[in-house]
Amino acid sequence: MLNYLLFIATIGGIYGVLALGLNLIWGGAGMVNLGLAGFFAVGAYVSALVTTTGHLPIPVGWLLALIAGSIAGLVVVLSTTRLREDYLAIVTLGFAEVVRLVAANEIWLTKGSDGISGIPGPGKAALGANFNVAYLLILIVVLAVVFVLMRRIDRSPYGRALRAIREDAQVAQVAGKPVLRFKAQAFALSAAIAGLAGALYGHFTSYIAPDLFLPLITVYIFLSVAAGGIGNPAGALVGAYLVMTLLESARFLVEFIPYVTAVQRAALKELLIAAALILVLRLMPRGLLPERIPRAPQPQTGGTT
Amino acid sequence: MNLVLQALLNGLVSGALLAVPAIGFTAMFAVLRFPNFSVSGVATLGAFAGYTAYAAGFQIVGSLAVAFVVAGAVGLVFDKVAHLPLVKQGALPAAIASIASGLVLENVVRLCFGNDMRGYDRPIARDVHFGDLRINPQQTETMGVALVIMLLVFAALAFTRVGKAMRASADNPELAALKGIRPDRVAMMASFIGMGLVGMGGMLLGLDSSIDPLTGARILLSIFAAAVLGGLGSAPGAVLGAFLIGMAEELSVLVVGSPYRAAVGFFAILIVLSLRPRGLLGERAF
Repeated sequence: MLNYLLFIATIGGIYGVLALGLNLIWGGAGMVNLGLAGFFAVGAYVSALVTTTGHLPIPVGWLLALIAGSIAGLVVVLSTTRLREDYLAIVTLGFAEVVRLVAANEIWLTKGSDGISGIPGPGKAALGANFNVAYLLILIVVLAVVFVLMRRIDRSPYGRALRAIREDAQVAQVAGKPVLRFKAQAFALSAAIAGLAGALYGHFTSYIAPDLFLPLITVYIFLSVAAGGIGNPAGALVGAYLVMTLLESARFLVEFIPYVTAVQRAALKELLIAAALILVLRLMPRGLLPERIPRAPQPQTGGTT
Repeated sequence: MNLVLQALLNGLVSGALLAVPAIGFTAMFAVLRFPNFSVSGVATLGAFAGYTAYAAGFQIVGSLAVAFVVAGAVGLVFDKVAHLPLVKQGALPAAIASIASGLVLENVVRLCFGNDMRGYDRPIARDVHFGDLRINPQQTETMGVALVIMLLVFAALAFTRVGKAMRASADNPELAALKGIRPDRVAMMASFIGMGLVGMGGMLLGLDSSIDPLTGARILLSIFAAAVLGGLGSAPGAVLGAFLIGMAEELSVLVVGSPYRAAVGFFAILIVLSLRPRGLLGERAF
């Protein structure tokens, strides 16, 4: 039971990292990444490969996952920055599909649909049964670092500039903000965080395969951010654990429905998550913890107070 | 050389089938102004509705009509309930909700039919040979049906009141509204017809191979690629784009093998967006 809770807490935390990354671009700059699962997969595969076949230490794997995620993000975003956001949605969706195709077919590198097993966990042999606790602690540290970074960005002049771009890119451009550069930077950072989340996932479960990176994960993360409150990093975090709770309770609930096959149970679960996303967007568009836009600092002018 | 010609011929056939849902998607984009990702689920739904009708004894044309009506009606309901109220906040919330709608539909089909592949039970026919090229009479029949559907769509857009209203609304919604065209009605027509075409497209592509709940998800990128290649919102562009994507996909099998066929759409989109972002025929040439 304890191990189950630790597992849920860890996976929920990984979704939290993903949600924080998505919130930066969706809440911050009004861009979407429908290929989140693809960037997640890139990070997972890069870190798994360099630590298994490459025999490099795990922190190097995580660093490379960050770098790979940001490079992939830059490539995707630079092809569409000049265009409206709907094109970015289409391209990111395609990106995730191509990542999955490559992972499934370049068997010499990724072992295809068999997946990569035996991915080392940090100190797994020495820690033994305590590995899950230790890993959760590592994850909490990572989550805290990412959270603080996102909060900083959210409240910084950079974050305000991103919001301005979200509200009206043309006005931001006229105000002298480098819109293209800011958008590309934010997207690349968000993709890097997704890559890191992938690496964290692989070293925790020790096994990755193309089928673990279905578009459904992207839907989970969008649901997390939407339910928590688009534009609020704390909301993203709360939303991720809410989604995790929903997923697990759905898993138990569908067990009790009589006369349904395993396929139908899985379908019901997916249906529930997708319907929840529609309901949240329609009925609760601001989420549980709505965005709070801090007032811009007032210019100091003598005598007007 | 013959391999290349054969691939091009196959590409023409699959391009004609792809054109039907691509027109539907691009027409909806032109009028409703958000990329509707639920086309994946709607195409699957159309394929299974047509399959059920065909199994119940309908002919191909009758089954296609069933696919059109079921997909159009269900797509319209989802647009009305889930997507259109969100468009006011911008295209992105609607697009995100439409992904969820697609998943809902895919899983409804999975609940009813399971994950197994199903094939339309069509009589087997011998390939017809032209020199070294071969084509199956069933393929020509499906392609012919697709071409007739396209002709009907273009005739409707050009000559009927609904078609003209849709074109006007796509061109300039404010001006169209001033002229007494009711935007909500046009939106509903675009949604019903567009989704109906997507549903028929799912069935047409299923006739050629087999269907399962992921049928729509598999052709989603090809549909998008065809629409973007021709210029989002342009119906003639979608047809041109569909033929080009169909041929490129078949040719790619010769070069990189069939697993990467599905990646062709993605790279086509990247190339078009880099070189000619408005597509071959430009946006709004509808």
